[in-house]
Amino acid sequence: MIVQRKNLSFWERLYLPAIWGGFKVTVRHFFKKKVTMQYPEERWVVPEGYRGAPYLVRDQEGRTKCVSCQLCEFVCPPRAIKITPPGPAVDPGTGNVEKRPREFEINMLRCIFCGFCQEVCPEEAIFLMRDYSLTGANRKEMIYDKEKLLALGGVHQDRIQKWKRKQREAEAQEVFKPAGQPVGHDAHR
Amino acid sequence: MTQKAEPLPAPAAVETIAVQVDGRKILVPRTMPDPLTARPVATTMIQACEAAGVTVPHYCYHPKLPVAGNCRMCLVEYGTPALGPDRKPLRNADGSFVIHKSPRPAIACATPVSPGMEIYTNTPAVKAMREGVLEFLLINHPLDCPICDQAGECKLQEYSVEYGQFASRFVEAKVHKPKQVDLGPRIMLDDERCILCTRCIRFTRDLVHDDALGIVNRGSYSTIAAYPGTRFDNNYTLNTVDICPVGALTSKDFRFQMRVWFLKETKSICTSCGTGCNILTGSRENRIYRYTPRDNDAVNGSWMCDAGRLNYKWVGREDRLTEVKIRGQRGTWVQAIQEIATRLKPATPGRLAIVASARQTNEELYLIRKLAQFLGAATDSVLRAGEGDRLLVNADKNPNSAGVRLMGLAGNPPGSNLATIAERVRAGEITSLIVIGEDVTQQGFGLETLRRLELLVVSDILPNGANEMAHFVLPGCAHAEKRGSFTNVKGRVQRFMKAIEPPGDARPEAEFLGELWERLIGEAAPASLEQLFNQLARDVAAFNGVTWAALGDAGVTVPLSF
Ligand code: SF4
Ligand code: SF4
Ligand code: SF4
Ligand code: SF4
Ligand code: FES
Repeated sequence: MIVQRKNLSFWERLYLPAIWGGFKVTVRHFFKKKVTMQYPEERWVVPEGYRGAPYLVRDQEGRTKCVSCQLCEFVCPPRAIKITPPGPAVDPGTGNVEKRPREFEINMLRCIFCGFCQEVCPEEAIFLMRDYSLTGANRKEMIYDKEKLLALGGVHQDRIQKWKRKQREAEAQEVFKPAGQPVGHDAHR
Repeated sequence: MTQKAEPLPAPAAVETIAVQVDGRKILVPRTMPDPLTARPVATTMIQACEAAGVTVPHYCYHPKLPVAGNCRMCLVEYGTPALGPDRKPLRNADGSFVIHKSPRPAIACATPVSPGMEIYTNTPAVKAMREGVLEFLLINHPLDCPICDQAGECKLQEYSVEYGQFASRFVEAKVHKPKQVDLGPRIMLDDERCILCTRCIRFTRDLVHDDALGIVNRGSYSTIAAYPGTRFDNNYTLNTVDICPVGALTSKDFRFQMRVWFLKETKSICTSCGTGCNILTGSRENRIYRYTPRDNDAVNGSWMCDAGRLNYKWVGREDRLTEVKIRGQRGTWVQAIQEIATRLKPATPGRLAIVASARQTNEELYLIRKLAQFLGAATDSVLRAGEGDRLLVNADKNPNSAGVRLMGLAGNPPGSNLATIAERVRAGEITSLIVIGEDVTQQGFGLETLRRLELLVVSDILPNGANEMAHFVLPGCAHAEKRGSFTNVKGRVQRFMKAIEPPGDARPEAEFLGELWERLIGEAAPASLEQLFNQLARDVAAFNGVTWAALGDAGVTVPLSF
């Protein structure tokens, strides 16, 4: 195929009008408000509902909210989450919750910030927060473990506190003794 | 789920009756064998529905247990032919029966079918009843799903999604019951989750004959409990965890280890005794988490014993043999097989003995038999006797004793030649010994005896007493890491599949025995396990030409000729 080269008009060949036009744009912007941000000294104000890195949270009483149900591990599309469940040993500290993760790792190199984990979590234990710039010197540093995720996640005010409510209800019925002590069947005679 | 069992001898022709399920006409036998006594009892509506391929949701009904009829989940509507004054069914103009629809529903699990009966499982009324039953079941249910081991295989979850209503109308406080009740050494009970279907009670009372469980208290306070002062402790307790439709009975061993939806289920065979119960191996990322029984009415029904179920941890043990060792140094498979073959070739007949374990598969034993015949080796196996019971457990603790004997590798009884072999080693008559899967130091071969050998080849899975003395140590595979078949004590040949990868250098024994065969005999060994099994079945008369494919999931029984 032959592309026909269009002949330039005299006005176009003159070249100066184009230069003049360019200068006009430059001068206009010179007097406008600057838009360049001095990142990383300056940072974005992250809008409400932004989906940044997922972190684990504790409730206002310091309880790790995650019960290691592993639904987020299941739903995570790039398989960024790896949870080690607690196993059969009874942990007296968990009370009627019975379960919490022994280890919980999110590989931030894999995470695509989709928010599925937050959506699927039945315990409101994992939230996509505002961090968008995660750095690390090597790959290992980018795999966040439970302690790190909890430290970054902070506290989530839990208005429902379903486990605590259940336990109070059970105590009122004198069935469930706190601190995970198995009780016999004599409990409610 | 139920696999096709062995074709039973046709019972005396059972009278069939015609019924209709949701408009589909089918013929069902008038009676079916009772799950416990095998006496003919009237066919129930739920069995007719199953025959018609219609699922009726149920909790307390279990095909292997006596009917209790307490959960009401299986309610259906039905109609029967209306009778005229002459006690003959009335007919419509087109010849069909005039159906008189029953004003009340009936529980499908306990109502017998009658000729001409029509069952409706899909009417608005049935749907409303199911919703109602589920709503009642959920009234005091804790909804522990995130921390409940049953989640993912819970009938309450499944039926709630399929048949339930989504919003809860219950605003009062739930009745709370004991949690984490230590019922027995292997069972943890969560009473709040129990839906009181009594499957566990019926199983342990009627099948195991250990009347350990019962219901105490009344109404919403009804609670499953062991008889005061006793523990729920028999060798079959973990089956109640399987049949419990909810997460009330949980296995202490599997508790909080892994969510079930991550487990890959591989069809396998339990190796803890000669019964060879059919199982599913639940594994994830190369780790076994649990065994569960797989239905096979010709072998184990739907059950397995606790001892066999919990006997899986050795597969993942840290001290597994993972390296090929040649005179104590790490070597490669190629080196080892080559050297063993060169050193076996000139062995004059009679100077070699092979001890083959009855824990090896039929295929491996066949290869050993080939080698033994070619080299004129004396062979034997090791007897592993224990205690049996009236249900499943066999006194023979080897999974493949019948296989060793059919291959002609064992003495009669197995192990009776071992003393002679040891004697001949001491006398210097036998100079080479190959041991596959056994520790001969426990069988009268002292280290002094082994030291006299010119060639000692030991293949095993876990460290064994003769390893130090062995010129060649070949790491083998656990049954979960390879495919193969076992012949159980009754002659049923059953195959099992590979669930996980073997550690390190370990390889399926059939592979390296095949290589040894090629090097020694000079002919190509069958290329695949299927071909190997098919050749075995052609060669060994008892197997009578069955094929790997014909074994299917349920296995095939071969005649035992010893
Ligand atoms: S945000 Fe998406 S990708 Fe990231 S951990 Fe959660 S589910 Fe996985
Ligand atoms: S979904 Fe929530 S509770 Fe479940 S494991 Fe993930 S973070 Fe924990
Ligand atoms: S028994 Fe089923 S419905 Fe109940 S808490 Fe467990 S998984 Fe959920
Ligand atoms: S513990 Fe399970 S099997 Fe036993 S009655 Fe309760 S729900 Fe049924
Ligand atoms: S299954 Fe019929 S009443 Fe429970």
